Amino acid sequence: MSNFIFGRYLPLNSVVHRLDPRAKLMLSFFYIVLVFMANNLVTYGILIVFTLAAIFASKISLGFFLKGIRPLLWLIVFTVVLQLLFSPAGGHVYFHWAFINITQYGVVNSGYIFIRFLLIIMMSTLLTLSTQPLDIATGLSSLMKPLRWVHVPVDTLAMMLSIALRFVPTLMDEATKIMNAQRARGVDFGEGGLFKQAKSLIPLMVPLFMSAFNRAEDLSTAMEARGYQDSEHRSQYRILTWQKRDTVTWIIFIIGFAAILAFRRW
Amino acid sequence: MENIIEVKHLSYRYGKEQRPALNDVSFDVHRGEWLAIVGHNGSGKSTLAKSLDGLLPFTEGTVTVDGLELSPATVWQVREKIGMIFQNPDNQFVGATVEDDVAFGLENRQVTREDMIPRVKAAIEEVGMHDFAQREPSSLSGGQKQRVALAGIVAITPSILILDEATSMLDPLGRHDMLELVSKLRRDQKLTVISITHDIDEAANADRILVIDDGQLVQEASPAEIFALGEKLVDLGLDLPFTAKLKAALKKRGIEPPTNYQTMAEMEEWLWQSLSNT
Repeated sequence: MSNFIFGRYLPLNSVVHRLDPRAKLMLSFFYIVLVFMANNLVTYGILIVFTLAAIFASKISLGFFLKGIRPLLWLIVFTVVLQLLFSPAGGHVYFHWAFINITQYGVVNSGYIFIRFLLIIMMSTLLTLSTQPLDIATGLSSLMKPLRWVHVPVDTLAMMLSIALRFVPTLMDEATKIMNAQRARGVDFGEGGLFKQAKSLIPLMVPLFMSAFNRAEDLSTAMEARGYQDSEHRSQYRILTWQKRDTVTWIIFIIGFAAILAFRRW
Repeated sequence: MENIIEVKHLSYRYGKEQRPALNDVSFDVHRGEWLAIVGHNGSGKSTLAKSLDGLLPFTEGTVTVDGLELSPATVWQVREKIGMIFQNPDNQFVGATVEDDVAFGLENRQVTREDMIPRVKAAIEEVGMHDFAQREPSSLSGGQKQRVALAGIVAITPSILILDEATSMLDPLGRHDMLELVSKLRRDQKLTVISITHDIDEAANADRILVIDDGQLVQEASPAEIFALGEKLVDLGLDLPFTAKLKAALKKRGIEPPTNYQTMAEMEEWLWQSLSNT
């Protein structure tokens, strides 16, 4: 778990860190659109420069991003190999055996897929490394606000998300404590076959769930005592402010978008 | 003296249980006093505290808080007047950071953001947590979390503070700091304090002590009268001070400790001396 970079926050002081989470979330989606628009050397080149520039601006060392890719490496290799072996015929055929075709088209395509994976993972790693989970939650619920029109309980969902995030470290601590207590009673975690490992999780999960329910009960009493009635009729302490740098970043992305539109193979 | 809370013939039963958790309890709380409620685990003292804030719908009796009789219609008005701190520091921390948590009560009351910012800041300063305003709860100690809970109450300026075993999960130092802070807030904010407790120091801070046993009010006395009971304190559900426990254990082994009241340091000194003599 400890070398799993994706989904972790790295507190630094950079332009990327200071961007509005709403801007970052929307740009991350927009970036994926850009990645799928790119289809030749020039456009991928533009994207690579773009991504490296964003990473550089975040002051986070490249090593973190490479570590972020590692857990997903097998997925990437699998997809690339699949693409390489089973692409439809096109261009020069390098190798042919039964239903396996390695063609020029396949080689180029699998190369692009590889780069696509790499770029998307790097950018989403940048989002999570440079944005606190809480800010992502605030950003998401702010972006979901229009859904109020179709009666989605956005405020309640936002409250649930924020409480869930707040209790992650608390429950992690608790899980560690329970594991240690059960180890002292002779339970082996992470030993033996799959079935045995799954079975050893029962003495962890049962007390963890019980305590989580107790906490939930306590928390709801405390919230009620502090005047919580429902999520709709509340004012907001934490608000997001869209700043000039957010607009500027958007403009840069739109210029990138225009460049990709101009140079892509139609 | 004026009564801020009047409880008359209060009874409460959990679910279908035969034995009532509270059985015909009546008492008054005077404005500005510090009232301690002591009793064994399961004696009904926490049930009593929750009933005062309308967190449990009691079956019989009346509770009047600052002139308002508690009912489903008035419960939110009553909660405006009462701030409550619970036992587990983690399970009452709602916000993602200290600031957010202090703001929680204000958000519920739909205070505008312009009003909230100075009130949150002042409340955090009042409890001495200004260096921690941006911190997340996981990086705070239990005592610090309880301070934040106090700040959340200071921000909404109630007239009554209920501590429901609020210090029982803290270490001795955290407990001491917390009680000192409550004393200070009580002076500054003119609070009436009701503390439900096992802790003898917390009970000693009180002007009056109520003893609850088996859902009934069995005694009402001043701290001096209660503490004169000596080892019988344990029967009331109070933890003996550590030195008293030590003395009892020594007596059992046939060692006669000095009978006068001793501080921890004096006791240590006496122990050292008697040990080096033998």
